[in-house]
Order: sequence, then structure tokens, then C-alpha cells
Amino acid sequence: MAKELVVQARGVRKAYGGTVAVDELDLEMSRGEVLALLGPNGAGKTTTVEIFEGYRRRDKGEVSVLGEDPERAGWAWRARRGIVLQDNQDVVDLTVAECVSHFARFYPAPARPADVIEQVGLAAKADAYVRSLSGGQRRRLDVALGIVGRPELVFLDEPTTGFDPEARRQFWDVVRDLTAEGTSVLLTTHYLEEAEALADRVAVVNRGRVVASGRPAELGGRQDAAAEVSWFGPDGWQRRSTDRPTALVRELEAAFGGEVPRLTVSRPSLEDVYLRLIGQSGDVGAEGALR
Amino acid sequence: MSGAPPAPPVTGPGVLRGGLVAPDVPRGGPAGRRLVVASLARAKVEVLQFFRSRDAVGFTLALPVVMLVLLASIFTEHVQGTPVKFSQVYTTGLLAGGVASTCFLNLAVAVAGERENGTLKRLAGTPMPRTAYFVGKALMVLTTCALETAILLVFGHFAYGVAFPATAWRWFTFLWVTVLGATSMALVGLAFSSLPRTARSAAPVANLPLLVLEFVSGVFVPFTSLSKTLYGVAGIFPLRWIAQGYRSALLPQYFVKVEPTGGWDHLQTALVLAGWCAVGLAVAARTFRWTGRGER
Repeated sequence: MAKELVVQARGVRKAYGGTVAVDELDLEMSRGEVLALLGPNGAGKTTTVEIFEGYRRRDKGEVSVLGEDPERAGWAWRARRGIVLQDNQDVVDLTVAECVSHFARFYPAPARPADVIEQVGLAAKADAYVRSLSGGQRRRLDVALGIVGRPELVFLDEPTTGFDPEARRQFWDVVRDLTAEGTSVLLTTHYLEEAEALADRVAVVNRGRVVASGRPAELGGRQDAAAEVSWFGPDGWQRRSTDRPTALVRELEAAFGGEVPRLTVSRPSLEDVYLRLIGQSGDVGAEGALR
Repeated sequence: MSGAPPAPPVTGPGVLRGGLVAPDVPRGGPAGRRLVVASLARAKVEVLQFFRSRDAVGFTLALPVVMLVLLASIFTEHVQGTPVKFSQVYTTGLLAGGVASTCFLNLAVAVAGERENGTLKRLAGTPMPRTAYFVGKALMVLTTCALETAILLVFGHFAYGVAFPATAWRWFTFLWVTVLGATSMALVGLAFSSLPRTARSAAPVANLPLLVLEFVSGVFVPFTSLSKTLYGVAGIFPLRWIAQGYRSALLPQYFVKVEPTGGWDHLQTALVLAGWCAVGLAVAARTFRWTGRGER
């Protein structure tokens, strides 16, 4: 059975003057999925997301988000998706509670503001002025404002840029709570561990197009890639690349008559795959080739 | 975000044209309700935020009062051949200047700031009817303008014996000049807010034309000491007419003799101010941007 698609884009193109930001981009996203758009700065992630959000017009291509074209969709559609912006410095003279209640007024069926504040972990700060929040708290408020309308689809654009590791982990928990309730999340990030921690599926964007997509563990054929086995032998460090690491380890065990000194078996990390993809995207070709 | 699908003609309050209004201004009953709910929510937040920036409130409201104290202490005599003190004349000019700064300057600077700090982008991403943002701003500006006008008038009355409008008719004049003047200045300010390249440049960019206008419109310098040409040019803009309107409400009737036409020109005042409302609205509707200039 085909899954319902919340985002469907085909041949999307957007240029600013002579600079092509998005170039024949194809993307699909299923309901309930957490999809991470991964790519270097300037790859076209933000432009892509802004086209989906309805902020930006595309030059050509077809886009359907929650069944409607974002360029034509009305207020009811806007109430069904939530946007968490990248670095807003607004509403500083309101308290957290005032702010969330205010934005709840714009939606037909909002969540209770107090519940949303609790959900993003700001209950203790409900009566604090927004200007007094730390960077991480501020981002959680941005999430609260993005989800107070109880959207089916949430856009998170580079949500943890500039976070320390602890704040990042706390933020991930907020996102996990959200997805546990069935909300679809489209996330852009340039942190690989963030994509690995949160996403069901990753799409690597480079030079305006999707160069690979798949589950984080399988991206770029990672699961089938040759493993690297290394150990410390009588002649120093040894390293061998093999499709059958188990057999090799067994041979080594026999050769050493037991424990193999300093044995490791590794496969390419997401980072290895990612760097390969954005380095040689010109040769990689269409999506699917690497699925 | 724009470009509504073909639909029956939209009716109801707040339906303007172009970028000022979401193409999806809701139709029918619940739609109007949505607009009212969102507009009131915006107005509440606008007023709350304004009064929470206490230094801004204090200085905005104090500026005309301080100007009156200065001018009244420099020009202590009476207007030649009349029992009217110069402070009375200056009050009329400062009332007009106050409307210009609370409405035009305030909006031009505040909206440019909200474009840069992401307020506008965030709001544009919600289902809020876009008109609600402008209604909220209008209510905030009218609140501050009313407050500022009242403070100046009451302070002038008790400190310098500035007379209140003498008749009910003159109070009526005072009221419509304030409302129409504030509305035209606010709409022009809204249109102007797209001009400064950044929020930081908004204040100087808006201040220069305003200051020039204040001088040639007889706000700080009595209009009688301006050249005919200069004062004629000022007649293109709203401020001169607001000042004249306040003169007609606050000065004795015989002051009308020094006016260029020998009359208070109420009809012309109303027409010019209404014209500027239309111009401000039309320009804002075509040029209003919900995101910053640097964004792509």
C-alpha cells in the first residue's frame, strides 16, 4: 500500500538572478516521517524549504504540500503546517506564556498554550520575558510557536545551529516527542549526528538537487560497503578492506591462535558517505542510483 | 502566498488590494470573526509591547511637551495686536508635529525593525489574516497619538494657559483633524517602512524628510514667516494641513485673516488628508514586504 505523501516535489527550480539555488529538485516525504535535508551551506536547503513553506515562489516544477500547491494554498492550509524559523529576534517584550497564547489565537484548533510550553520544556520560564531566554530556550519557544496550531507537518530549519552538545540533546528530545505523536517533520541541518539521531530518512542536497536519499544507516549503500579490518601484527599495523570481514576475522583468529591484537572492524560512517556524496555529486547523478 | 484561485468577489471589512491583504481573506461569517479575533490579538500585543519599552514611551510622549517648554520660554510675548500668547500658537504646531512623529516616524521605524527581526516573516507564516497586522498597528498608533495629544493639550493648558477648543464645533474639528491626520501619517509611514535598507537606517532615513516637512509646514516656525513658495510646496504634503486644522480648532477666529486664503480651508484639508490616506495605502499595498531585503 502506497503511503500518503505530505510533500511531493518534481523538477523544482529556483534562480536568483544568474545563480541557480535549486535545480531540478525531486523529493517525496511520507506522512509521519522525519526527513532530514542534509547539505553544505549554499546547497539550496533553505530555499527548498521556503518553497515548501509558501514563503517563496519557484521558477518551475511541481510542488504539493499536504495536498496543495503552497503558492495557491489558503489560510486553512497554513493552519495545517507549522514553521520554526531560523534566527528570529522578535517578541522580546512579551513573556513566553503571552507569546504562545497570542499565536494560538490565529489557529482554528490550537493546543492549550500551557501544554505546549510544558512540551517544549519551558514551564519554569512561562512568565519570563522572551528577551531573558538563553539561545536554547529561545529556540524551544520558536518550536512552541511553530506547533501551537497542532500542525500535521512541521518545518525545522537548522534548529540547533550554535547549540552546545547538551542543549542539542535536549532539543532532540523535544523533536522526538513531537514525532511520537505522528507529526511529520522536515528538518534541515548540516550536523550529521543530528540527522542520524532524528531522521527516518536523509536526503543529501548539493548544488540545488537531491544527490542521494535513504535511511541514515543505508545512505549511499553504506550497509553493503566494504568493511575495513585492522589489527596490530608482528610487522606493525595491518589494514584490509573486505566484503567478508567475518571470514577474515576467523582466519586471523586461527593465525594468531586466539585473540587478534587491537582488532577493529568498521564500515564507512555517515560522514564518510556524506563527504563522498557532496564531493562528487556531479558524477552521482539522479536520486535512486544510490538508494 | 499570493495569487488567490478564482473566487467570488470578496466582501467585508478589511478587504483592500494587493500585498496588504492575504489573498485568502476569508469569506462569509466565520471569516469576519477570524479577522476580528486576530486583529484584537494583534492590537493587544502591539499596545503591550509599546508600553513595555518604557524609555520609548517616555521620550515619545515627552518630546512635544519639552518642545513647548523650550519654545514658550524663548517666545514669551503675545502675538502682535492680540491677547494671544505665542505658546498658544506653538501648541497648534506641536500638536501637528506630535501626530507626525507618533504615527509616521513610529511606524516607519517600527515596521522596518519588525521586518528585520523576523516578526513579519513569522506572522506571514501563520494563518493570521494579513489585514490583522495593519489593524493592530493602526489601533496602537491611534492609542499613542491620542495619549500624546491629550498630554500636550492638558500640559499646555495648566502650564501656559493654552485655551482648549472653545466650542463643540471646534472640538469636533480637533477630533477629525487628529483622526484623519493620524491615519494619513500612519499609512504614509507604513509605505515608507520599505524604503530604508536596514532597521538601523530607518530612523535617520525617516527623520530627514520629516524634519524638513516640519519646518516648511509651520510646526516650529510660524508659517507666516515662511516664503509663499515654500509654504505652497508644503501644501502638497499632509503635515501643513494638519497644523492648519489645529489652528482652526485652537486659535481665536480672527487669526483666520493671516491664513493664505483668508479661510480655514476645512474642505481642502479633509481632501488632502484623505488623498494621502489613499496614496499611502496604495503604495504600501504594492510595496509591502514581509521579509527583509537581504533575504533570498
